Order: sequence, then structure tokens, then C-alpha cells
Amino acid sequence: MFESAFRGGVRYWMLLGFWTVVILAGLAVYGRQWTDGLTVTGMSRDVTWGLYIAQFTFLVGVAASAVMVIIPFYLHNEKAFGRMVVLGESLAVSAVAMCMLFVFVDLGQPRRVLNVLLYPCPQSIMFWDIVVLGGYLLLNLVIGGTTLDAERNGAPPPRWLKPLVYLSIPWAISIHTVTAFLYSGLAARPFWMTPLLAPRFLASAFASGPSLLIILALVLRKFTRFDPGKEAIAKLATIVTYAMLFNLFFLLAELFTAVYSGVPDHRHPLAYLFFGLGGIRTMVPWTWTSVLLGVGSVALLLLPAVRRHENLLAAVCAAVIAAVWIEKGLGTVVGGFVPSPLGNVARYAPTGPEITVTLGVYAVGFFVLSVLCKIAVGVKAEAATAGLDSGQRMDGGMP
Amino acid sequence: MNDKPTILVGLAVVLLGLTFPVWHSLAPGRSVEPPDLELPAGRLRCVEETPYMRAHHVDLLDQWRESVVRDGNETYVSEAFGESHRMSLTGTCMACHTNRRTFCDRCHAYVNVAAELNCWECHVDPSNP
Amino acid sequence: MAECRRTFLKRVGYAALGAGCGLPLAGAAGRALEQRRGAATAPAKQWGLVIDLQKCQSEAVRRVCTEACHREHNVPQVPDPDEEVKWIWSEDYANVFPDQTHAYTAAASKVMPVLVLCNHCAHPACVKVCPTAATWKRSQDGVVMMDMHRCIGCRYCIAACPYGARSFNWRDPRPFIETIRPEYPTRTKGVVEKCNFCVERLRRGGEPACVEAARAVPGGEGSLVFGDLSDPDSDVSRLLRRKHSICRRPSLGSGPSVFYTM
Repeated sequence: MFESAFRGGVRYWMLLGFWTVVILAGLAVYGRQWTDGLTVTGMSRDVTWGLYIAQFTFLVGVAASAVMVIIPFYLHNEKAFGRMVVLGESLAVSAVAMCMLFVFVDLGQPRRVLNVLLYPCPQSIMFWDIVVLGGYLLLNLVIGGTTLDAERNGAPPPRWLKPLVYLSIPWAISIHTVTAFLYSGLAARPFWMTPLLAPRFLASAFASGPSLLIILALVLRKFTRFDPGKEAIAKLATIVTYAMLFNLFFLLAELFTAVYSGVPDHRHPLAYLFFGLGGIRTMVPWTWTSVLLGVGSVALLLLPAVRRHENLLAAVCAAVIAAVWIEKGLGTVVGGFVPSPLGNVARYAPTGPEITVTLGVYAVGFFVLSVLCKIAVGVKAEAATAGLDSGQRMDGGMP
Repeated sequence: MNDKPTILVGLAVVLLGLTFPVWHSLAPGRSVEPPDLELPAGRLRCVEETPYMRAHHVDLLDQWRESVVRDGNETYVSEAFGESHRMSLTGTCMACHTNRRTFCDRCHAYVNVAAELNCWECHVDPSNP
Repeated sequence: MAECRRTFLKRVGYAALGAGCGLPLAGAAGRALEQRRGAATAPAKQWGLVIDLQKCQSEAVRRVCTEACHREHNVPQVPDPDEEVKWIWSEDYANVFPDQTHAYTAAASKVMPVLVLCNHCAHPACVKVCPTAATWKRSQDGVVMMDMHRCIGCRYCIAACPYGARSFNWRDPRPFIETIRPEYPTRTKGVVEKCNFCVERLRRGGEPACVEAARAVPGGEGSLVFGDLSDPDSDVSRLLRRKHSICRRPSLGSGPSVFYTM
């Protein structure tokens, strides 16, 4: 099964080579961060989490969104998702890998990272976040690997896989809920301390994750013989639409409470994001871009014609991803730190080294995704060939 | 099988590599000297006995750290000698072993764990603050 | 036979992985249970500080507090305000007590300088969120302590602190320490630090450096009073009974041990 990762055409190797170059650039810059400390980033005494944790927050959502294909396929027997499931799991594995790397590069003393496991603190949500993320990674590797292996051998997956699949559903919800709880239990940060944070995170995850899946499926269809099917993509588009609607509704609810009540603690972070505060307006263009992209993409997604037109759908999905990435990543993380507990309005902008390391980590994720997709495509191709030869119909819906 | 010569050559290379320390260091004309450690003048004994310190000084320091930082207790009573000491790397250990470079670093370099000596990133080295 | 070998190797691999990860985790779980048993009881003593806002108007008093503390503990003087490390310093009244400030608060009051430091809370949020227990509330004296050896520099505690009391070492602090005092360690880059109520002085029967330094300043007597809050006869307890006192952000339920009197 893994041989397909080592056998590929020029385009495959060039793709991996490209990711490798970016990874090496990220590594080189990370080396400087290792020796000089986190001063190479744009974070400061008041804004102590920035681009790295923003990516972590966004990507946990992407990882959790695999559940949006698992539920229809395994719980509701939606055969259309047959070929999408493996893509969802590959995306989940690569997203979780990136999440863990982003946490690692954000640490001030990364050599001591194992202290989290050596001195467990069950009252710390961060401890649980690492536990559930690690568990989710293992789950997806086992489920994805076993399913692919079974398909390759032309046999149904072993019976013990089903309970693991069922486990992965609440587990996926839990990883993003726990990540939201990291933020929403802090009395010091009124911008984060809202019960709506976990539902918001899940809604935006279920919008951005399947959007990424749609784009991934379209890319694979263009460059390989792997085709998850029009029906699967259409259903995913519907999921994105509903999820984005919920996301916008939750955001409106948050805005109403903060703006109508006028309580300064709730109002000021939003003012900072939307209009600038204390003369600092760095987040303003980003915020409005996210709003425009978010509202615009939902308006378009409501039109069936748009959802059916796959190139247009891809563009709208990219807009959804961008909108959620800004709002959940930079908006949520940086907004929580402004104003500081002592009323200071800080300016945050990621530095060049910070961006380079971030790109390096993304390259690791995309490298992993490329390899996993290559394997999946290889197995499906083998299975399809075998199926054709023996006249059997393989799981996946496409005869 | 035409793999046999390749396998035998490979095996030979691996065996040579594994036994490199033996035939390289013990070759005639190359003797292994114990490290030249500068011992504190006058002072007859350490907190515990020397073989114990050699093997367990890290465990002892960890124990001291937990005791001072977490339990708030900085008095250590030597198991071997019954003497009391203040649990402090800079204050007690380095009061006698004044120069880390001629003591700590030399032995650590000899046993090839020099990379782990980051104590002085935080703890003050009185000879080189 | 190839299939059997493959299965065997897989099983051995999983077993090794399981044991390799499981044994240290089991040990860690044991340690966690021990820690929990120790942390369950309320502290035997709770050190507290009462700051006289009026007396601390004096620039001299506030300056010697900061200098004494930072000198005592090798706190670096980082020139970039974004990367400042500070254990005790002055802030404007309006920023320290935003819930006590209103539209008609006198302008002079709003900018009145107030000494701020870690509040060593009864219910510290920073302790709750630390994933390694590198910061914890000591059961013997209620001090919220830092273990610099264990801190992984995740900065979750900084996110959780409602008082902005904690500083992170964004770079190696040593070049920014004018004179390193050998009796106390420095920190290294990548760890969080804050006021520790001078536990190294307390365990020898002394008092915090800021309290001692403030008393030596003319007019500084009584500006900082330190003692055991759980002892009804201590200076701090009697002072708090006698005078009106406020603390920072009481509505958050953190239960600070630092109080301010007029």
C-alpha cells in the first residue's frame, strides 16, 4: 500500500520537492528562533499568542471537520461519500500534524515539551487538548490505514474498525470543543469568555474543513484518475452552506450582545477589530475582508447554480476558507489580547521569520497530505482495476 | 544468488563500524586517560560519598530542586556523613567546586554529555557571572 | 509465511510502542495522583500584602521597591517595552482599578500611580491552566510559585492572568542584567517569570525586598505591609480590619492577596 508513495511521475516528485524547499526554509528560520528565542516573532508582553496559535486554532477545526463526511457515510449510509471519506481522513491527519507542530514552534522551551505528559495536569485544558489531539491522530491513522489496506486486498475492513469509527465522531467534536474551552474558560479575557465560542468554532470548522475537502477533491480529479464524484462534492457544498449560515448567525449573536449592551469589556475588543482602538488599526482591513468574504460566499452558496458550477464553487470555497481563517485565527486570537488586562492597546504584526516558519509548517502538512493522497489514489486505482477484472463493485459508488 | 558478496561486504562494514571504538581507541600507542579534574583544595569530602556523587549527582540536584522550590525546605542532611548543607548549586556545590570548566565540564566532556550542561543558563557561575 | 512474519512484526511494534509510551505515562499518572492529594487542602498560611495608595504616591518609594526587587532577583532591564520583564512596577489608577473609575473621576486620580505585582490569588487562574504545574499555589504559605525548570514557555498562564502580572523572556535575559547577583539565579529565554513574594527571604525569616526597601525611604514607613492573612493578629489582618481596602477586579473571583488602602 505504501509503495505508491514512492512511485510517482515527475509532477508528484516536483510537488514533494517544492514542499521540501519550503520546509527547509522554515527549518532554517526556526533554527534562529531556537537560538535567539521568540523575540524573532512579532509577539509582545501584551499579545503573547500570535500567528502560530492562530494557525493551530484554525487547523484543529479543519481536522475536526472530517467528521462531516464520517457521519453521513457510516451513520447514515450515504454511499456518495465513499471516496470522500479517505480524503477527509488524510486531511485530518495532515491537519493534526500541523496543529502539533504549530504548538511546538510556539513554545519558549520546546526541549521540555514532554513535561506535559510527564507531569499531567487534568485541571489544565491544554493538557486535555494535547491528549485528545494525539488520540485523534492515532484514530485517523488507524482507521484510514486499515480501511485502505482492506480495500487494497479487496476485502471488507475488520469488524473492530466500526467501533473505532463510531468513536472518532464524538472525538472529532471533542478536539475542537476542547480547543474552544482553552479560550472560553478564562475570566481574564472577556472577548473569549463566551459560551458561544465552542459552537462558533465548530460551525466555522464545518464550513472551512469541507471547503478544503471540496478543493482537494477537485484538484485530485484534475491531476489524477481519482474522482470522489459529483454527488459527494454537491453534498459537501450543502454542508458548507449550512455551516457558514450557522457561523454567521453565531457571529451576529455575539455582535449583538456586545454592541447592544455596550459593556466596555465586550465592546472594546470588537472596536479594535472593526474600527481600530487607540490609533491602532492593523486588524481593521483584515476584519472587513473576512466579513465581506464570509457574507458574500454564503450569499453565493445559497444559489444552487453556484453549487453546481464546480469552478465557481471552488472559488467560493476559497473565500469561505479565507474568511474563517482570518476570523478564527488572527481575529479571535489577537482580539482576545486587546485591550490588555492593564488597558494597553498593543499592535501585533507577524514578522518575516514568523511567517516563514508558519509556511514551513504548512509545507509539512501539505507534504503529508500529498503522500497520503498519493497512497489513497494508488489503492483506489488498484482496487478499481481488481474490481473491473473480477466484475465486483468496489465500495465508493462509482462502478 | 549474486547478493552474497554484497551482503558479506555490508556485514563487514557494519561490524567494523560497531567495533570502531574498540579497535580505534585501543590501538597501540593510544591510551585512554581519565579526565584531569581539579578537586577543591583542603576540603576532604563532598555532600555524599564520591562514588555516589559521581553516579547520582543529577538525582541529588533534582531532589534539591523539588525540595527548595516546591516544599520550601533548603536544608539537606547528608546520608553518609550526617552533615547539614544548604541545598544550592551556586551556594553549596560551587562554593567548593569553584571552577566549572576544570571540574564539571572536563568530566562531562570525557563521558560525552557536554551538551546537557545548561545549568548555568540560569544558575550563576561565581567564577564567570 | 510472509504474512505471519509481517503480523508478528506489527504486533511486536505495537507492543513496544505501547510499553514505551505506557510505562512513563503510568508513572506520570502516579505522580499526578500524589500531587492532587497534596494540593487538596487550603494553605496553612497565606502571605498577603497591603499597599497604602497615598504613601505610594511617593516616586521614591515606588522606585526603590522596583529597584530592590529587580536587583534581588536578577530581573533584566529590557529596553524594548514590548519585551519588558517586570515583577513590581507602577501603573495608572484607571488601568489598575477600571471598575472603580467613572466619567467624573478626578483627572488626577485617574493617573495616580499604583504599585502592581502578582496578587498570589486564592483561586489563581494561571495555576489552573498551567499544563505542567510549572506554576502552582504552595500549600505551606499560599505563594503562587514558578518552577523555572519545568516551564515549557507556552504562555497560557499569561493569557489567563487577569492582572498582567507575568512576563515572558522573549530573549536571553543575561545581557540585560546590569549586575548579576550570584545568590539568586537568572532565568533563561523561553520561560515565564513573576513576583514570588521573595520566598528565598521568607524561608529565612525575612520579608520581601520591596517591603524592606520601602520602609527605609523617608515617609515610606507603612507603605507596604506584609504578613499572614490567615493569622487574625498579623499586621495585615489588623490593618485590613481597621481601614477600608480594595483589591483588583474582585468580580472575577480570583481572590487576590494584595490589597490597597487609601
